[in-house]
Amino acid sequence: MSAMTTFERSNTTLTPPPSRKRNSLAKGKMPKWALPAIGAGSIVLGAAASTLTGFSVATFAIYSAVLFLVIASVATTVVEGKRRGKNAMWTYLIYASFILALIPLASVLYTVLEKGLPGMNSHFLFTSMNGITGAVDNQTVAEGTPVLGGAYHALMGTLLITLWATLISVPVGMLTAIYLVEYGKNGPLARAITFFVDVMTGIPSIVAGLFAAAFFGLLLGPNSRMGIVAAVALSVLMIPTVVRSTEEMLKIVPNELREASYALGVRRWRTILKVVIPTAISGIASGVTLAIARVIGETAPILVTAGIASNINLNVFANWMSTLPTFIYYQIMTPTSPTNVDPSLQRAWAAALLLILMVMALNLIARLIAKIFAPKKGR
Amino acid sequence: MTTNALTSKSSTSGRAGDKIFSGAALGAGVLILITLFAVAVFLLIQALPTFMADPADISGGEGFFAYIWPIVIGTVIAAAIALLIATPIGLGVALFISHFAPRRIAGPLGYVIDLLAAIPSVIYGAWGYMVLAPALVPGYDWLAANMGFIPIFEGPASQTGKTMLTAGIVLAVMVLPIITSLSREIFLQTPKLHEEAALALGATRWEMITTAVLPFARPGIISAVMLGLGRALGETMAVALVLSTGGLIPSLIQSGNQTIAAEIALNFPEAFGLRLAELIAAGLVLFLITLVVNMIARAIIARHKEFSGAN
Repeated sequence: MSAMTTFERSNTTLTPPPSRKRNSLAKGKMPKWALPAIGAGSIVLGAAASTLTGFSVATFAIYSAVLFLVIASVATTVVEGKRRGKNAMWTYLIYASFILALIPLASVLYTVLEKGLPGMNSHFLFTSMNGITGAVDNQTVAEGTPVLGGAYHALMGTLLITLWATLISVPVGMLTAIYLVEYGKNGPLARAITFFVDVMTGIPSIVAGLFAAAFFGLLLGPNSRMGIVAAVALSVLMIPTVVRSTEEMLKIVPNELREASYALGVRRWRTILKVVIPTAISGIASGVTLAIARVIGETAPILVTAGIASNINLNVFANWMSTLPTFIYYQIMTPTSPTNVDPSLQRAWAAALLLILMVMALNLIARLIAKIFAPKKGR
Repeated sequence: MTTNALTSKSSTSGRAGDKIFSGAALGAGVLILITLFAVAVFLLIQALPTFMADPADISGGEGFFAYIWPIVIGTVIAAAIALLIATPIGLGVALFISHFAPRRIAGPLGYVIDLLAAIPSVIYGAWGYMVLAPALVPGYDWLAANMGFIPIFEGPASQTGKTMLTAGIVLAVMVLPIITSLSREIFLQTPKLHEEAALALGATRWEMITTAVLPFARPGIISAVMLGLGRALGETMAVALVLSTGGLIPSLIQSGNQTIAAEIALNFPEAFGLRLAELIAAGLVLFLITLVVNMIARAIIARHKEFSGAN
């Protein structure tokens, strides 16, 4: 077929007698229409095969994709040779893996939006779960009235615990990074700190929670659960992220700036505070924001350190506290009314939507900070 | 005179400032080392009663080893499933972004994959529990009916879909962005000359990747997978929400099995006394496992300093 088309084209454009030979450049190449045709064929065959085994979107997609992969690779192998066939197969596989990776992302975002939007209203945002019992939920379902109870207490808990975790982690993390870049150079202590900061990045969040619980358990007696314990647990997770990002940013501050400052007789600490940090501040701020985004969604450490509460508790130094992630977890695992779980699920998904919005907003802010306040690059 | 006074004043206050500042920086660095050390020590102290206790008093009644062994295996199984799924797909995505996607959209696509990492684990857990698990039930039924002779697919399949395989798939989704972002960085660092040399010799794009990109990136890929393993081993909420727990069984499509992290999260709120010590001991075991995995990964990265983008 491809020979046909080249022949016709050469017939119209060239005056010399048409040669029956194939164009040597187009020789052994799949014609342009082949891939769309194989794609269309695979979709039709996939639909047919899927219908035979009871139609579902999932099997339809899988059958079509596999059929396309096999037919297209084999066709390429036959027409263009083994090496190109292999190349084609891996290319399709790599495209497929990307599409496959997008499915869960799309599914999660869609689910959270679909199930979270109905419950997202001012009542949900500004009331706590205080006094909301199974009976209230049962009545709501029976009478079809709007769901009562909200996540104000959890929202406040999340904000307070994250705030305290930030207050602990940012100074410690930044000072450590300053030590690593400005003082430690590449000494044994600096190398040990770098290594263990990297290792700390991999501490499972639940172990960080257990550490804080064990530490305060020894200090204040077992089962001492309150906001500040959770904040300490989150700091263990947050500090390495802050150190890493600050360190990277301090490293790219040009040495000329430091040397110029020293040459003017400025002390080292004033140089760091007035010259180095202001130069790197946009990167540091964006790194800190990303670190906050990372810990704000942590559930496991809160579960073992701050417990769960249904009333508003704004004091991180006493009594149990709830956060959005633990609120979601408990609303799903132990619905307020075991017989009518829908109100609980609605609250859980609304809280999930709220949490995702917060995390996305933090990520966006981090990127904006990095972009807007980025230091002017020299050439 | 005034100049002298000025310099002497500034130098004394400046020296003090320097001392305080460098001391604070050093202190913060040491604090991190102490913290990591303290994590191990406090966990050990709180866990000690478990090792001292009469084996009959431990959950299961046969001592700590018999208690921890099945859930260590469960943890490893969950992480293994996650890695088996996430490694090929994650590397595929990384290759797609670094070598296949058009330059202009490659950056935004990287952000999209990073979004996967931004979603909190509890939301993945909720999604796995409410959406993925029910959706997988027909697949499990098919596996049980057609592949049931293989022990890991032995029926009857769970009718809620809350199985080890589901938990592993959710973990795979959570590990994927780690593997992708790390290996993408390394793929992008492949020397352009190597790639162009391969192409100039007539290699196809895939041959260029196998001969130039992958050999260069191998240590980086290994450490990316190890870091993903560390995450999968320690991930709590996804398993706690998705898995319907039980004893250690070979079948991945029945409810059963348990992981350390989920065991702690599910039981800690009601635990006291010896049970508390037991759970903390379990946490210590998890800590040691992930510590070893992460240290190996970091050592591989450190040995290949040229992959400096690997963090």
